[in-house]
Amino acid sequence: MSLWDFYARNSQEVLGLVGQHLYLVAISTGAAIVIGVPLGILLTRRTAWRGPVLGVANVFQTVPSLALFGFLIPLPFIGGIGATTAIVALVLYALLPIVRNTYEGVTGVDPAVREAGRGMGMTDWQLLTQVELPLGFGVILAGVRVATVVSVGTATIAAAIGAGGLGVYIFRGVAVVDDTLILAGALPAALMALAADGLLGVAERRFAWRGK
Amino acid sequence: MTKPLEVQGLGYRLPGKGKGETGNGRLLVHEVSFTVGAGETLVLLGRSGSGKTTTLKLINRLLEPTVGEVRVAGERAADLPVTRLRRRIGYVIQEVGLFPHFTVERNVGLVPRLDGWPPPRIATRVRDLLALVGLDSDTFARRYPHELSGGQRQRVGVARALAADPPLLLLDEPFGALDPITRVELQREFKALEGRLGKGMVFVTHDVREGLLLGTRIGLMLQGRLAFLGTPDEFRRSEHPECKAFMAAA
Repeated sequence: MSLWDFYARNSQEVLGLVGQHLYLVAISTGAAIVIGVPLGILLTRRTAWRGPVLGVANVFQTVPSLALFGFLIPLPFIGGIGATTAIVALVLYALLPIVRNTYEGVTGVDPAVREAGRGMGMTDWQLLTQVELPLGFGVILAGVRVATVVSVGTATIAAAIGAGGLGVYIFRGVAVVDDTLILAGALPAALMALAADGLLGVAERRFAWRGK
Repeated sequence: MTKPLEVQGLGYRLPGKGKGETGNGRLLVHEVSFTVGAGETLVLLGRSGSGKTTTLKLINRLLEPTVGEVRVAGERAADLPVTRLRRRIGYVIQEVGLFPHFTVERNVGLVPRLDGWPPPRIATRVRDLLALVGLDSDTFARRYPHELSGGQRQRVGVARALAADPPLLLLDEPFGALDPITRVELQREFKALEGRLGKGMVFVTHDVREGLLLGTRIGLMLQGRLAFLGTPDEFRRSEHPECKAFMAAA
């Protein structure tokens, strides 16, 4: 059976899985931004915390994703079988690029610009919101882009713990050794990743102030 | 009348333990006292690492003095909230530090905006200031810093420092990064501005010719101390070995 026949016959199911996949990625990346950007900003003000926080975020990144899903299952509240656990794991993965790029975006602002701002009597908050964040926005967006693309890929594994998404086809295809089925899950996931990469890349270039 | 700037017994020691000649605990500025009147430009001259820039930063509290007192327009700098103090002191640095994402207009209007001036008043002020530093408002107001030459950028930097009409201006090698021709041009214009503005200025440089041209008084810094303080003529005639060294380099 060709891939197109498969899609034609299972269009309802395919759309449902795509929807689930988008949901997993959107919620987890959204949560990672809400947590990661303030955390990254905090690190620029409390530089002593930078090592430990980035270290911990790094550790999450190195744990194989399937293992991380497994570790989370027995935990109360955030664990169990289903989408919640998957989202928690995806957030942990997405944190590092977002925290790190927020830190680098803010600290990467030309020191002369920061000194001028402080020297003219801007408060720390004014400096952050009017200068550092606008100038670092492109770099922060680059972190969000990496996090999103990684999430799209990692979310396929979430199917292993019953969170749904396009991984359902991939796991099923692997189990029954059916290339078409694997492709049916992998292709839309890949397209999704490319689309996220492209769109956020455009936004990122739009906000690149450095280099000018 | 109160002077724009009075500095008494100013000292700064690097934070940390130890009293060595290098590293933590080192004394960067020691026993520096001077006053700057309205319309006066005190040039702080000295070699690299002599404490000129540090002294400047102690005045607007980018560094907190270890000892000594700074008064700006009669008020103790240490008693003022630091942001309020800095908004009353114009600050110009060598790298200019214009905000790359702001137009010239917004850069110049920054401090008035922070102080909550009404927009029409800011717009008028920006026009006047750009004219003052020799930039045509219609041509330049809407440009971004990356569309300007080095000399134009520093003109904007000076306009920005003057925006809220501060009694005191601190300039840290403002013309140091410019090509020689532009530098001479800006020095000449700055010389003409000094008298008209009637502000107190502290001008840091290691270029003795620039110092003698622009200063009403020269303060020579050597190893964190004010080794000489006097008029340019007194400086030229001084027997102090460091003054002679600088005159020989002129």
